[in-house]
Amino acid sequence: MDTRLRILIAKPGLDGHDRGAKVIARALRDAGMEVIYTGLRQTSDMIVNAAIQEDVDAVGLSILSGAHMHYFEEVLAGLKGRNAEDILLFGGGIIPEQDIEKLKALGVGAIFTPGASTQDVITYLKANVHHGKD
Amino acid sequence: MKDKKEWLSEDYAQAKVRYSERRYPFKTLSDIPVDAIYTEDDLAQFDAEQDLGYPGEYPYTRGVQTSMYRGKLWTMRMFAGFGTAEQTNVRFKKLLEAGQTGLSTAFDLPTLMGYDADHPFSQGEVGKCGVAVSSLADMELLFEGINPEEVTTSMTINSPANAIWAMYLVMAEKKGADLKKLGGTIQNDILKEFIAQKEYIFPPEPSVKLVIDTFEWGPKAVPKWNFVSVSGYHIREAGSTAVQELAFTLADGLHYVRRALERGLDIDEFAPRISFFFNLHNDFFEEIAKLRAARRIWARQMREVYGAKNPKSWMLRTHAQTAGVSLTAQQAQVNLARVAIQALAGVLGGTNSLHTDAYDEALALPSEEAATLALRTQQVIAYETGVANTIDPLAGSYFLESLTNQMEKQCMDYFGQIDALGGVEKAIDLGFFAQEIGDASYQQQREIDSKERLVVGVNAFETEAATVPIELVDPKVAEVQKARLAKVRAERNELEARKALKQLEEAAKKGLNTMPAFMDCARAYCTLGEQMDILREVYGVYEEPVYI
Repeated sequence: MDTRLRILIAKPGLDGHDRGAKVIARALRDAGMEVIYTGLRQTSDMIVNAAIQEDVDAVGLSILSGAHMHYFEEVLAGLKGRNAEDILLFGGGIIPEQDIEKLKALGVGAIFTPGASTQDVITYLKANVHHGKD
Repeated sequence: MKDKKEWLSEDYAQAKVRYSERRYPFKTLSDIPVDAIYTEDDLAQFDAEQDLGYPGEYPYTRGVQTSMYRGKLWTMRMFAGFGTAEQTNVRFKKLLEAGQTGLSTAFDLPTLMGYDADHPFSQGEVGKCGVAVSSLADMELLFEGINPEEVTTSMTINSPANAIWAMYLVMAEKKGADLKKLGGTIQNDILKEFIAQKEYIFPPEPSVKLVIDTFEWGPKAVPKWNFVSVSGYHIREAGSTAVQELAFTLADGLHYVRRALERGLDIDEFAPRISFFFNLHNDFFEEIAKLRAARRIWARQMREVYGAKNPKSWMLRTHAQTAGVSLTAQQAQVNLARVAIQALAGVLGGTNSLHTDAYDEALALPSEEAATLALRTQQVIAYETGVANTIDPLAGSYFLESLTNQMEKQCMDYFGQIDALGGVEKAIDLGFFAQEIGDASYQQQREIDSKERLVVGVNAFETEAATVPIELVDPKVAEVQKARLAKVRAERNELEARKALKQLEEAAKKGLNTMPAFMDCARAYCTLGEQMDILREVYGVYEEPVYI
């Protein structure tokens, strides 16, 4: 059985800044994970659906527009609503420290801000994702 | 005297035996190898008359104005916008009081994407990364108490640029301003949206058509306005190299020129109002060389290839902004140093206008204190360092001139590749730019991750950071904005609004110039979303192929 981690990298909302999302997607793929990238302009529903259909282990949201509270809350609720709270939700972008605290309290995993290394993300996922099929 | 090769293979080679070179990569951020030394041997083909000239003279390598900063300093133009129109208006007035010399407007994402604040896609985004403008009513509040004849205004707006520009012009008209006297810039560069920033709405062809409408209408109606700011900034932010930024930006500019000529427009009527916008990243000399090369390439293309006769058509006038992508969340105060050095490169490169990033931008929208410090950085460069005392002070430097030449050469190579693919629009379709930029940004990240390149505070000299105070946008903004929108719709003359929208639909369907219709839509308080919905119907919407 394939034990590679399956990760969905998603760009919610109107924000088109995709450098970070694409760099992370490539880095995770090079680290041996299976990566699905949604492309731009996804609604929370689209992201939750993709996560479930693709049977991923974790979802990473990339948001640089300031709309992070809105989208993390919606995706988290969407995953819960579909009994998929075992899927780890993490993310990155321009996200202030106090909001990171709030997001973590809601149940979001790590948030990576500008300057984070791709190795940090890889290490984090390897340590924190529990492979659903094991 | 020894030539360069001899010196390198004898003296320098011996020195290397005694003191081995540092491990640091001796190449620019664009991967151009950098030699230990540059001498006149590197400039064997160099012809000062042809390659430099004097400032204000073809090919403008040394600057577009004869007196450059001795006559007038660059325009200190800080990009600002957040929350409601009233809030941004207050920030504008403060910036003007603090000595800023031009305004620059940041719009929120719903506005940039042509949605009204009450559209479902706008949820969570209203007023977040800029100010929300859904109709003329917002534009009026945004410039309340500011005389549009006295201040030049730049607006970062692309897909809906025609509509937003019309709102600004109608706002000015209603204040009694003469459109012929208004100065300012709309970004209106849709090609770089497809290439990098991704805030497109319609497919490339009708999108470029809308841009060319402004080329046709602008010079007659608002002759002092720059109706396009061809932007490399966002291409660089998306992860490109400096050479890619240079080449793709100029290729975009030339693409607009070709499309305008196809419509039968006179190059010497529209070309003088084409402006540019470049990024200022960390590699100091490379950035200076990039700006100098940009001016020279543009001048040569416009005169030699496109046959422009008016010297103003040959001049590449540019705004520049320090690199947001270079800012780090770790030890954010260190960004102050990065910004100062990047800004200095812009000044030594002869930029005509400059925005300096605030040090807290990797964390949130700039606080007022951070934005003021950024402006003060420009003032220190302008008034304390003496670098503006003489024009193009680095000209003749063996290294800088070689680098300028190299950038020009590599840029011309990219022009060849883009032409071979069938031009810019075709290259977008083929994913050429996405692939090029994606590869470059991934390589840069790998170099940082492997510590081949060091970034202070990120992969070297890491310490526990002091926290940075930041300001957050009030979530009530969306409610205020929605309420105003409802009021505008209720109070306007509905018949006039419907008529204006119909006129816009007609113009779009018949392929007429859309600007007169956009002006009437603005006058009738049509909302931005209403106008863009009509064009979405007529032109369709674009979805990009997904590449990683």
